[in-house]
Amino acid sequence: MTNSHSTLTPVLTDIWDAPRSWTLATYRDHRGYEALAKARDTAQADLVELVKGSGLRGRGGAGFPTGLKWSFLPAPDGGPRYLVVNADESEPGTCKDVPLMMANPHVLVEGVAITSYAIGCDHAFIYLRGEVVHVYRRLLAAVREAKEAGLLGDLEITVHAGAGAYICGEETALLDSLEGRRGQPRLKPPFPAVAGLYARPTVVNNVETIASIPAMVLGGSEWFAGLGTPKSAGHGIFSLSGHVTRPGQYEAPLGITLRQLLELAGGVRAGHRLKFWTPGGSSTPLLTQEHLDVPLDYEGVAGAGSMLGTRALQIFDETVSVVRAVSRWIDFYKHESCGKCTPCREGTFWLQQIMHRLEEGRGTADDLQSLSDIAGNILGRSFCALGDAAATPIQSGLTYFRDEFEAGCHTPARELFPPHRSVLHATDSEEVPA
Amino acid sequence: MTATQPDSRAGERTPVPLVEVTIDGVVTEVPKGTLVIRAAEDIGIAIPRFCDHPLLKPAGACRQCLVDVAMPDREGNVRPMPKPQASCTLEVTPGMVVSTQLTSETADAAQRGVMEFLLINHPLDCPICDKGGECPLQNQAMSHGRGTTRFVDVKRTFPKPLSISTQVLLDRERCILCQRCTRFSDEIAGDPFIDLQMRGARQQIGTFDETVLGFEGQAPVGDAQIDVSGRPFASYFSGNTIQICPVGALTSAAYRFRARPFDLVSAPAVAEHDACGADIRVDHRRGVVLRRLAGNDPAVNEEWISDKDRFAFHWQSAADRLVAPLVREHGGRGDTDDALVETSWADALDVAATLIAERRGRLAALPGGRGTLEDALAWSAFTRVVLGTNDVDFRSRAYGDAAEEQVLGSHVAGSGIAVTYADLEGADVLLAGLEPEEEAATIFLRLRKGVLAGRASVRTVAPLLSGGASKLRADLLTAAPGTEAEVLDAVAELGSADRPGVVLVGERLAAAPGGLAAAVRLAERTGARLAWVPRRAGDRAALEAGLLPRLLPGGRPVDDAAARAEVAAAWGADELPAQPGRDLTGILAALAAGELDGVVIGGVDLDDLPDPVAARAALAAVRAAGGVVVQLEVRTSCVTPYADVVLPVAPPSEKSGTYLTWEGRPRPFAEVFATSAMSDAAVLGLVAAELGLGWADDGAAKAPAAWTGARLTVDATRGAAADAVEPPALGAGQAVLATWKLLLDGGRGQDEEPHLAGTARRAVAQLSPATAAALGVTGAERVTVRGPRGELTYPLVVAPMADGVVWVPTRPRSTGAGSDTLDVATLGARAGEIVEVRA
Ligand SMILES: Cc1cc2nc3c(=O)[nH]c(=O)nc-3n(C[C@H](O)[C@H](O)[C@H](O)COP(=O)(O)O)c2cc1C
Ligand code: SF4
Ligand code: SF4
Ligand code: FES
Repeated sequence: MTNSHSTLTPVLTDIWDAPRSWTLATYRDHRGYEALAKARDTAQADLVELVKGSGLRGRGGAGFPTGLKWSFLPAPDGGPRYLVVNADESEPGTCKDVPLMMANPHVLVEGVAITSYAIGCDHAFIYLRGEVVHVYRRLLAAVREAKEAGLLGDLEITVHAGAGAYICGEETALLDSLEGRRGQPRLKPPFPAVAGLYARPTVVNNVETIASIPAMVLGGSEWFAGLGTPKSAGHGIFSLSGHVTRPGQYEAPLGITLRQLLELAGGVRAGHRLKFWTPGGSSTPLLTQEHLDVPLDYEGVAGAGSMLGTRALQIFDETVSVVRAVSRWIDFYKHESCGKCTPCREGTFWLQQIMHRLEEGRGTADDLQSLSDIAGNILGRSFCALGDAAATPIQSGLTYFRDEFEAGCHTPARELFPPHRSVLHATDSEEVPA
Repeated sequence: MTATQPDSRAGERTPVPLVEVTIDGVVTEVPKGTLVIRAAEDIGIAIPRFCDHPLLKPAGACRQCLVDVAMPDREGNVRPMPKPQASCTLEVTPGMVVSTQLTSETADAAQRGVMEFLLINHPLDCPICDKGGECPLQNQAMSHGRGTTRFVDVKRTFPKPLSISTQVLLDRERCILCQRCTRFSDEIAGDPFIDLQMRGARQQIGTFDETVLGFEGQAPVGDAQIDVSGRPFASYFSGNTIQICPVGALTSAAYRFRARPFDLVSAPAVAEHDACGADIRVDHRRGVVLRRLAGNDPAVNEEWISDKDRFAFHWQSAADRLVAPLVREHGGRGDTDDALVETSWADALDVAATLIAERRGRLAALPGGRGTLEDALAWSAFTRVVLGTNDVDFRSRAYGDAAEEQVLGSHVAGSGIAVTYADLEGADVLLAGLEPEEEAATIFLRLRKGVLAGRASVRTVAPLLSGGASKLRADLLTAAPGTEAEVLDAVAELGSADRPGVVLVGERLAAAPGGLAAAVRLAERTGARLAWVPRRAGDRAALEAGLLPRLLPGGRPVDDAAARAEVAAAWGADELPAQPGRDLTGILAALAAGELDGVVIGGVDLDDLPDPVAARAALAAVRAAGGVVVQLEVRTSCVTPYADVVLPVAPPSEKSGTYLTWEGRPRPFAEVFATSAMSDAAVLGLVAAELGLGWADDGAAKAPAAWTGARLTVDATRGAAADAVEPPALGAGQAVLATWKLLLDGGRGQDEEPHLAGTARRAVAQLSPATAAALGVTGAERVTVRGPRGELTYPLVVAPMADGVVWVPTRPRSTGAGSDTLDVATLGARAGEIVEVRA
């Protein structure tokens, strides 16, 4: 094995290349559901301790210690308690949960079964982003297969297809949506652990978080903690997209660098060089060439002024206009703002108009100041993190590429950075494929 | 605004521990659980806010109230929180250090930033906006906003206005989406007539509207209640949303574009439409009332009022308002030539006095139940001292037998304040003959508050679970009309140590055989307290004043010599008539039979009486026999054609006085503006003076101090299971009539309010599925209900309810030109009587 290959730690992605990897039979051929059997022989509290000891942090973006979250549940009172898996994955650039559930839904189902057992839950929910119908079918089939094989016991697993709203990935908005209401974030406290779904104690975890549990049960917390860095333990899926030679999912220990990942992915698109990238989706501040060696763990990326987020590495080469990229992201946030709070609702509405003007090269002298003021007035003042996320590309864009925003006061982005050059297989034609 | 401090009534709850916090350098102590914004208010620091409302749950939506907060960590080092915090959602913790806009740059910058955001999409139409001049957004934009805008882009617009109901209009571009209105509808009223829809910058408030929601062919689910205008959701409390809207997004059709707040003069007042005594504010300009708002009385209505209390006030200045006294000129021969003509007060008083003097001892009084305590006492003194009789009855409704007077005289009159609104919030309540949402809106809101907080529980003895009762999460103890006593006797338990029992008896229970006695038995059996909830603002005062044939003020029995002597002394009279008088039915019968020569009548609508036809016949008989009818009234009414003298009296806005709530709580109020109109008490005093009689030097009849003697006794076995009358057997095509008045109906107090009328509930007849089947009307769109005197046709609703019963509203407003009025009186049948029902 080459050095770079040994960097990869295929755990979640291990059987993706097996024939019919999504079936119960294939999964079982690869030790599927052994962890569940082992877990059932373990005391519930020991499982929570196992997860605590492993150092696993939530893979949904915020990186909250998973075992700690589980331990926040109040003592059982005889009433129901729920596990809700957040499979809403809608962040621009983030594309790890959907392929995971597509290729190996059983690892999630097994994780759900173990977690449910550990926290004393009889009814678990998987809240899936509504547009991914093929994943929905696979999940339904996997739950049915597991149920019919008697693997789930009395556990009920409901797979719920949302309607495709980014805000419904925010855990409390997700719970409202799951209850049949408009998806808008709830006031916290109470936190879901105390009063979540139907006002009952609820654990909300990301797909990848829960899918990491079976291997940990088999491998032990020390094995897991031995991967990654001291405060960012374990393996995780890194999704490389954009101007890379071999885009895709690279599962590696946390703490790997973009330089290493680019090596695995065959580098930036041939003939081009890295201009900017996101470490964890559009909600994490942009990084540049100078950050190639930043360890991709929570502390490392935070130290570089960004966030690890969902490890969605979007790679942009020098053909891309930052103004245009940021403008598209702002379109997204404006469209996805739930409307509950003033800064995000009104701020994204305003940012969009200014960004479109700059993109057209019709910006005014005051626009840059306004942009940074608006972003500053959204960040940290919104009700939930969606607002903060909307301010992020503006602020980091202005930090690293202010001159491009200034150019937006006189020159359209399409003149400075003709869009056809950015498409993956660029031609000389000015046509941009749809 | 109300500070929602925990209930301060001593001993009721364990004291809340205090927490020490520092706000802008000021150290203060507040009860644990207090929100930062409230703690700041406490020491006089106003943090700007929009979505915050002390009576609504925190939302944290507008983000206007951001402040800087630091808190001690485990080691006790005070550490700043990384982001500014919404002070309306954050509870104080020990050692917290808060810096508001006054002392923190960050907080000030955050607030200014939010204000700028709120204004970018806000129209600059303050000069034509109803809220301009009293607008929290306008005010706070002045104090926390930029002088000029730097938003040069395109503002969000909407077609305007959206009519939410016939009364409430919404200009969406003014809305700042604070959700106060929707939270009110959801948390307080329980009516989903508006909600948030769409999202992001397109988020908006709306009614169920397919076009806005992008739905096709789908109707609302759930128990939609259709109003008269055909809208799927109606609310009796919608006006509150207008008042708490912090911008001019919600307006009322009745007030929109009619005034500027700075031209209005405001006066506090008390609502006159029910016995709840809601605190209101009346805004007037040059002698014309333009609107009414909810006042703020934490002990009574908090900050909410019903739409009836808010919007129904034109009756006080209606076109048929009596301005000068009228006397009947006996011009030619026979009645036809007689006409009422305007005259001077001197002449009218002279005529009235003469007519009364000639018939002293042979006249009765029907004073109605709408007056103040002062008016009621004057009526009581006038009846006893001037008319020299105990033939008096304030009731203008059905009441059954003598049991009501016994129960009211023994358990209610002179009992002071036994049960309060605050008590209801933490009580195990049994409703009997009472629909709080329709008959006592403030009670409804209080009960709902208690129920939602998990502190109160409600059961209702009724033929069906009304919409209002289901919003109280009430358990239905199904009772067909007439069987209430039996159902009440079957209630084994009411109340517990931490949730005292309360029996709330509506005035309708008096008409149910044995009902009131059974309610008394229930209270005695369970230790629950009993409270009487009449419908009219003056009913309790009338009772306290002794406007009943066997009662004198304070619950004194007429046939008690000591009681009479006390009252006579208080009124400066030698003695009072000792013979117990006739009640309403007795008076009307005596008038018809010529046993009485006439009546002094005020505040009575003949159509409210148990038998309007008989009542009219009685008055006609008086006229025919040359008797006398003296009317005291605000407006020309159906009594006026029978009157010989009509003495105009002041509506509530133009007089001062004291209402007594159903609790017995005095609600004094001053006149809103001065006119020449006189109160009942003043007019009665003048008539008495004309006769050389009177009851006090200053003209005001006084109630003597509390009565300690014997009271009327209740025949406790009345209607008990043993001698219960079997409900009448139903023949084919028959059902028992159940009916009550809805809040918004054909009452004269709601005249000239077309916008309000549109929000009334649709008049329907309701049957249970089994009854509909038995009657052969299943699937019919409309049914016709037939009584001895006539018939009425209603749209049919089939829903779970007592079998063998048909429910219809008592007196809905007629719904438009040509359509018949649906007044139950037309049937000639009352609740509990048998009617025929056919498709
Ligand atoms: C706007 C927004 C969108 C989010 N979307 C997702 C998502 O799609 N999937 C996800 O797992 N977490 C998402 N989150 C994070 C969740 O709120 C929550 O932190 C996470 O599901 C917790 O799971 P974890 O502890 O396993 O990471 C989102 C948060 C915000 C503010
Ligand atoms: S920041 Fe506010 S408007 Fe934006 S999504 Fe969160 S709650 Fe909704
Ligand atoms: S209509 Fe008024 S109360 Fe309702 S959300 Fe808009 S601004 Fe707030
Ligand atoms: S007043 Fe605090 S967020 Fe609106």
